[in-house]
Amino acid sequence: MADSPLFQALHMEMAHALCAEQEKGLGALEGVGFRVGQGLSERLTKETPSFKDELDVLKFLCKDLWMTVFKKQVDNLRTNHQGTYMLQDNQFLLLSQLSNGKQYLEEAPKFLAFTCGLVKGALSNLGFDSTVTAEVPVMPSSKFQVVIQKS
Amino acid sequence: ESKKMSSELFTLTYGALVTQLCKDYENDEDVNKQLDKMGYNIGVRLIEDFLARSNVGRCHDFRETADVIAKVAFKMYLGITPSITNWSPAGDEFSLILENNPLVDFVELPDNHSSLIYSNLLCGVLRGALEMVRLHFSPR
Repeated sequence: MADSPLFQALHMEMAHALCAEQEKGLGALEGVGFRVGQGLSERLTKETPSFKDELDVLKFLCKDLWMTVFKKQVDNLRTNHQGTYMLQDNQFLLLSQLSNGKQYLEEAPKFLAFTCGLVKGALSNLGFDSTVTAEVPVMPSSKFQVVIQKS
Repeated sequence: ESKKMSSELFTLTYGALVTQLCKDYENDEDVNKQLDKMGYNIGVRLIEDFLARSNVGRCHDFRETADVIAKVAFKMYLGITPSITNWSPAGDEFSLILENNPLVDFVELPDNHSSLIYSNLLCGVLRGALEMVRLHFSPR
């Protein structure tokens, strides 16, 4: 079993190593997440019936994908029904090793870039182009904003 | 099933990381070095997790260390038990044989990466973890 300490440790190290050369680092992290998102969505949807609509796909992300990667479901999913979604996780696993105070708030983007890519990659494999941004209102919660690109 | 997915998550993430490093660095040697360095940092942290969960005590000799690595640590984190062979006469060198390395699932290395040591992260992890229990050695 490669359980989550190994993944968490790898993610932590990846965030440090790839961001050592700033700027490009966040993009690289997102790219890694994107590829993982593609792979995971393929594996997870192998035996599920096809999705009804966009919302159905987002629900899959919040339940199955989140469960697999972060060992819990997204706490809150909101939408304006026009292609914008807000995923909120009140106890985000990848921030759990940081202090809950404010001193590391600036570092937070490093620990969210992978997940932005992950969501984007999963959506892309299920047929949706999207932009994903993230913010940390208070440690260790995080909000991901997903905007589906209409072509 | 969920254990299998966890392991696939790690394998996929690792694969994507190696792909990224191959893009970032010109030659495989540098990728190997970077993987080793990252592994080292992970090992330094992972040993605490390991000692806390496994309840193994201090090892009295290198053979015992080898046993713990193969039968407890590898089992715990990667779900495999490598075999221990090739002991040197002095008992200060041995080989771990991984018959089913989970890191290489779904991997096919292109020909132009012949000197890439794909699982080099593991060497770094071992080095870092053992250094924390005051054992200096050089895996390769």
